[in-house]
Amino acid sequence: MDQIVEKPDTLIGKPIPKPDAPDKVVGKTTYINDMVLPRMLIAKIKRTDRVHAKILSVDISAAEKVPGIVAIATAENSPKGLIGVLKDNPPLKGDKVRCIRDEIAGVAGETEEAVDEALKLIKVEYEDLPGVFDPEEALKDDAPLIHDDKPGNLSLTFDFEHGDISKAEKDSDIVLEEKYELHYVTHTCMGPGCVIADFDTHGKLTIYTQTQYPYNYKMDLAPALDISAGDIRVIQPPVGGAFGSKLDVYPFEPIAVYLAKKARRPVKLFFSREEEFIASPTRQPARVYIKQGAKKDGTITFRDVNVYLNNGGYTSWGATIPAVMMRTMTGHFRIPNVEFHSKAVYTNNPFAGSFRGYGNVQATYVTATLMDKMAEELGMDPIEFRLKNAQKPGERTPQNSLLKTAALADCIKIGAEKTNFLEKHAANVAAREKPGRIRQGIGIATSIHNAGGAKIHKSDGCGTILTMDDYGRATVITGASEIGQGIDAVITQLVSEELGIPTSDVIIANNDSAIGPWDVGVHASRTTFIAGNAARNAAVKAKQQILAAAARQSNVSIDKLDLRGGHVVQKDNGVSVTKLDRLLRQMHFAGDDAELVMVSEYYEPPSELEDKNHVGDISAAYSHGAYITELEIDTLTGGVKLHKMTCVQDVGKVINKLGIEGQMEGGIAQGIGYGLSEELIIEEGIVKNPNFRDYKVVTAPEMPEIECHFIEDDEETGPFGAKGISELPCIIPGASIANAVYNAIGVRFDNPPITPEKIVRALHGDKIEAAE
Amino acid sequence: MSAKVDITFTVNGAVKQVSVPANMSALDMLRDQLDLKGAKEACGEGECGACTIIIDDTSVCSCLMYAADCDGRTIETIEGVQTEDGLDPIQQAFVEHGAVQCGYCTPGMVMQAKHMLNKNPNPTEGEIQRGLEGNVCRCTGYRKIIDAVAEVARS
Repeated sequence: MDQIVEKPDTLIGKPIPKPDAPDKVVGKTTYINDMVLPRMLIAKIKRTDRVHAKILSVDISAAEKVPGIVAIATAENSPKGLIGVLKDNPPLKGDKVRCIRDEIAGVAGETEEAVDEALKLIKVEYEDLPGVFDPEEALKDDAPLIHDDKPGNLSLTFDFEHGDISKAEKDSDIVLEEKYELHYVTHTCMGPGCVIADFDTHGKLTIYTQTQYPYNYKMDLAPALDISAGDIRVIQPPVGGAFGSKLDVYPFEPIAVYLAKKARRPVKLFFSREEEFIASPTRQPARVYIKQGAKKDGTITFRDVNVYLNNGGYTSWGATIPAVMMRTMTGHFRIPNVEFHSKAVYTNNPFAGSFRGYGNVQATYVTATLMDKMAEELGMDPIEFRLKNAQKPGERTPQNSLLKTAALADCIKIGAEKTNFLEKHAANVAAREKPGRIRQGIGIATSIHNAGGAKIHKSDGCGTILTMDDYGRATVITGASEIGQGIDAVITQLVSEELGIPTSDVIIANNDSAIGPWDVGVHASRTTFIAGNAARNAAVKAKQQILAAAARQSNVSIDKLDLRGGHVVQKDNGVSVTKLDRLLRQMHFAGDDAELVMVSEYYEPPSELEDKNHVGDISAAYSHGAYITELEIDTLTGGVKLHKMTCVQDVGKVINKLGIEGQMEGGIAQGIGYGLSEELIIEEGIVKNPNFRDYKVVTAPEMPEIECHFIEDDEETGPFGAKGISELPCIIPGASIANAVYNAIGVRFDNPPITPEKIVRALHGDKIEAAE
Repeated sequence: MSAKVDITFTVNGAVKQVSVPANMSALDMLRDQLDLKGAKEACGEGECGACTIIIDDTSVCSCLMYAADCDGRTIETIEGVQTEDGLDPIQQAFVEHGAVQCGYCTPGMVMQAKHMLNKNPNPTEGEIQRGLEGNVCRCTGYRKIIDAVAEVARS
């Protein structure tokens, strides 16, 4: 009697729980912060209390005498190498300090108490220097110079020109000119900064780190050490969040390495929450001057954008965000003539880093609110004006991004229909004229983001090795990092789908650079697309090897065979030819013909690097989203209550329903924080609110209802049609909220976050001033 | 070094006798002396809820409580929630609803949800949201956590 194996439902699009979730809900997961190695020392950092000063002396003599102190690292007794994108950041500062988070010494000891005591005893003498905190002030000739070799305090510039904006401005019927002031926010990962460094007796370094960028991490870390990048092994234990903050190497990581080298023992260095607020990166604050013109019929004629980024004291990956910002400024909607100029400028503020959305949060806040302002100026509704300027399928942006579908227009139309947008929008405007304390608002914002990787390195690839054991289990060794976002679940699904085995029979190995093949890391919404393609292609190769063996054994031709439910079956009728595990053992133990199923794949996406003029189709696919916010405002208190966010996004194909919704909702929470409540307040270089009480992240009661509509147009280059999705949800909400706030009360805020205080001052400023 | 205090209490059903420095927090005692590392220190000042435990019949941020004040009391931590029969319904719902991403807030979130449902087995959505307002999650946007708790309340 033939065994028939029914064709199971596809796993693609199903809600598959994360494989790491069960351990996490029982408290069993050992995060890096929980790790203890034998003979491990505890370490902390002595930071400066000045924002700009010459260091005259550092005295560690009293600190060294504290019982239990094993090693103290200072600039004087440590390697002199530099970190940072421009190699401008000495991990330990010896000559001067440039911002409040600067590191003077690292201290390692047997106990936290001993380390705390020693930190207090380190004496530093300074000569204060004048500080500069505003990027435009810092560019002036008489501004204090922060790095001797960086004239004009200029860090990185990005410039792009397309068409003729002067002519286009003359030809425009209306021109709007606006200034935006975009603020500091920070990641507030729930797991504070932590690293463990350990040398073996060959002098090779094992570093346990929170990095989301393990292979480049070796390259970025090595210059600060006296060892080769090849002698660094990166291990990634589970981490408490990353969101872009773990793209750079930060000073605390080489400092831990210096201490481990001195002590010849493992050293664990960790941050307090206060330190996490002060000494981990921020989103890049931006001052944006933008001019946009249009014809009377609503056709956009040009955009002219000048951006000043407050770089802070050093240059991290964050200074390269204009590369992404520019794509939206120049290519979101049809902009026939466009210029974009940005300057990242050194100041004595804490230095900024990369954060989910990578410049596009700022770009979208500006462009999406400007689109609304211009629609009103033209007397058009916000939907009509956007549709008028949305690109058609096959169009290329000025930077040569190929837009394969009409997703932007589709997102806008679907969003408007689902929310009855125009009717509500008009009613809210009319209601502004009537008496009443509570105002309703609705607003739309849209954006574009790379969704098929982003070729900013010479390779945007991911390596994968797939092996099968004698019991039908697949082990997938992937370069892709799991930082909580759920790539383990996605890869499990893709491989299970190809190999016809349960998801519980797939094991993912991906946290050790000595084992895993190369990958560019978790950034640019790339992992599902790039690592997903690599894993799927590896699974297809394994499947071919298995089916070829089954074909030889069964005399059924390979194109008539398939893998299903742990069996090799005849494709047309599901009749089992053999059980998969039995076949794998027969292949493995076949004497001279023995073969192990062990395949590899290096997937490089079909995309191109930008040329020196920033032209290049850097991603294999792009994604659009239109997010509509419905809210109410209490005009007496300035309180904003979000009712609902309706999110239409072009995702190619949903792989894991739970994962994609989780990425949407989590990104939206961060985007709401950007728009309404989060601001790291920095005055004269000092962080004034380094705690969760005064830095207000969104909590459960503030979350609105979220309704997602996914446009699934099967991206031809994506794994089962999927695109990368996880930054747009963080990018769009702030602007969508700002437009809804305007709809409710008729006030524009070009300086988020839109706090109750700002709303009240805007509505009742005269009375407040009189009272003050 | 602070003076030591000898205390006796019950944690996850087992009686413990320990000697703790008078200034040690309950969280540090759980993590460093009892090797119960499920509760996390994410802020150390009672603002984020990642260190939430249930003590007697109330939920507390264990970072704000002195270890010495545990004397004579009954503590439940995340490690005590799972039984031999498997995951607690709250834990199971968190897994199935995708309420976990990085998971650093999860032990505190599960303990707070458990405490909330102990006190109010049939919360409205608004009551769930307010019940969890002391617990910060930076990954999920809370919707799936709220859904998970709501499902447990329904069943």
